[in-house]
Amino acid sequence: MHSEPAVQIAGLVKRYGDKPAVDGLDLTIARGAITAVLGPNGAGKTTTIETCEGYRRPDAGTVRVLGLDPVTQSAALRPRIGVMLQSGGVYAGARAVEMLRHTARLHAHPLDVDALVERLGLGSCGRTTYRRLSGGQQQRLALAMAVVGRPELVFLDEPTAGLDPQARRATWELVRDLRRDGVTVVVTTHHMDEAEQLADRVAVVDRGKVIADGTTEELCRGGAESSLRFDGPPGLDLAALLKELPEGATAVETAPGSYRVEAAVDPRLLATVTGWCAAVGVLPERLSVQRRSLEDVFLDLTGRELRS
Amino acid sequence: MTTTDYAPKPGAAPVGRMLLAQTAFETRMLLRNGEQLLLTVVIPTVLLVLFSAVDIVAVEGPGKRVDFLAPGLLALAVMSTAFTGQAIATGFERRYGVLKRLGASPLPRWTLLTAKTGCVLVTEALQVALLSVIALALGWSPHGNPLAVVALLVLGTAAFSGLGLLMAGTLKAEATLAAANLVFILLLLAGGVVVPLGKFPDAVRSVLELLPISALSDGLRSVLQTGAGVPWADLGILAGWSVLGLAAAARFFRWE
Repeated sequence: MHSEPAVQIAGLVKRYGDKPAVDGLDLTIARGAITAVLGPNGAGKTTTIETCEGYRRPDAGTVRVLGLDPVTQSAALRPRIGVMLQSGGVYAGARAVEMLRHTARLHAHPLDVDALVERLGLGSCGRTTYRRLSGGQQQRLALAMAVVGRPELVFLDEPTAGLDPQARRATWELVRDLRRDGVTVVVTTHHMDEAEQLADRVAVVDRGKVIADGTTEELCRGGAESSLRFDGPPGLDLAALLKELPEGATAVETAPGSYRVEAAVDPRLLATVTGWCAAVGVLPERLSVQRRSLEDVFLDLTGRELRS
Repeated sequence: MTTTDYAPKPGAAPVGRMLLAQTAFETRMLLRNGEQLLLTVVIPTVLLVLFSAVDIVAVEGPGKRVDFLAPGLLALAVMSTAFTGQAIATGFERRYGVLKRLGASPLPRWTLLTAKTGCVLVTEALQVALLSVIALALGWSPHGNPLAVVALLVLGTAAFSGLGLLMAGTLKAEATLAAANLVFILLLLAGGVVVPLGKFPDAVRSVLELLPISALSDGLRSVLQTGAGVPWADLGILAGWSVLGLAAAARFFRWE
């Protein structure tokens, strides 16, 4: 259908004062998929998304969204995209359903408002005005406003921030339905599990740059396939442990008393580690085997925890 | 539960439909807001009834007390809606990201501003109707050319809208709230609305006469109270404020 990507960003720089929020960011987002822009707070995610939405003029670099310049061709672009801001965007005195109905009226072929209200459970908001809705209700209304115009491309900025697990899953379901019907979705998040579970592709952003980009499998493939973690007394002699482990394995004390062994974890390796613990008289607590996660990828790339 | 098809079918609604929808929506939001109604309906009405009935302020010119007061309170109604109400509402819309979110919708900016003007005009029409009915019941006998009255009201609306949007688009919402109310009170007292400008010393008076509220209340009074012809000087002052205010608002308004 369209070979052209949904979003194409090259060398984007955006400064606030002399502090760069985005610093030479390159990113291409394919159509018809869910792409997560993952990074810690302050990494430049929102600035990047808001540049795509036409709110910010790049200081350098180029941004094309559906082949259009978001600043100079805004009038042509705006009807084709759906936007969910990180917060706000609704008249303080408006009721949820009337606000959604009004947003629908600005579009030529909107979705059926009643069905969307039912789908997102907004009917229960009744006559309550926006400022008195719960945080979750406000988020769901903003999500509904982003999709009601039947856009080709939807930008969701932290759509599940502050939601309870049930509301979070409902949001994910809707996002998956959008993909099923051919809508491109770009979602920013600082939750690894959200990126892992929801996204087809993940762009990891840190300090204004994309530092890794690919499917979750691709990103997690590099380095050790999996790891074994356990807690014990601090200061164990890991050099002694390493002598018993296969070639190429690593063992580190990530925090005092927390240990991580990276290797091809199989039953034999587990027996080796627990056998060594028994020999030195240590009961490994909270022993767990984990596949390499986006968290580990981020840690490897930046040396920092994602949520620090 | 119904299954919705989310397949893309984007497009902006026809611009006329967007304009109508936005005007109706903004008007509904305004009429729902209690503080706005206090400002636009209750205060002018109470002042009209109170000062007509009780001899607190010394009025000037021919006719009954209400013949002096009604034009001033029509001017106040225009200021309360076009300036104070619009500034406060727009300031908070900016603060809560409403203007930002609308900036990513198909609604063009000029359509949003036109809708705001439409909302102000609808509200003013309701105010003028209400105040006129009350004034007539109090024995008001208006004179003069209705077209001159309409010209004054329209230019007054333009002048106050420009200043209100300038304030809403540059100050923080809380500062706009405070400043717009303060200006409302000051101009109510010093703009010839209920206190004749003749009560002020000459030097002060010649400055006050240049205020948009003075030009509007003086112009309305000269037509409605004394039946004078088109008040070109007052219309000129209002036109000047309109150009200044709208140009500055267009130049300095920040959407976020």
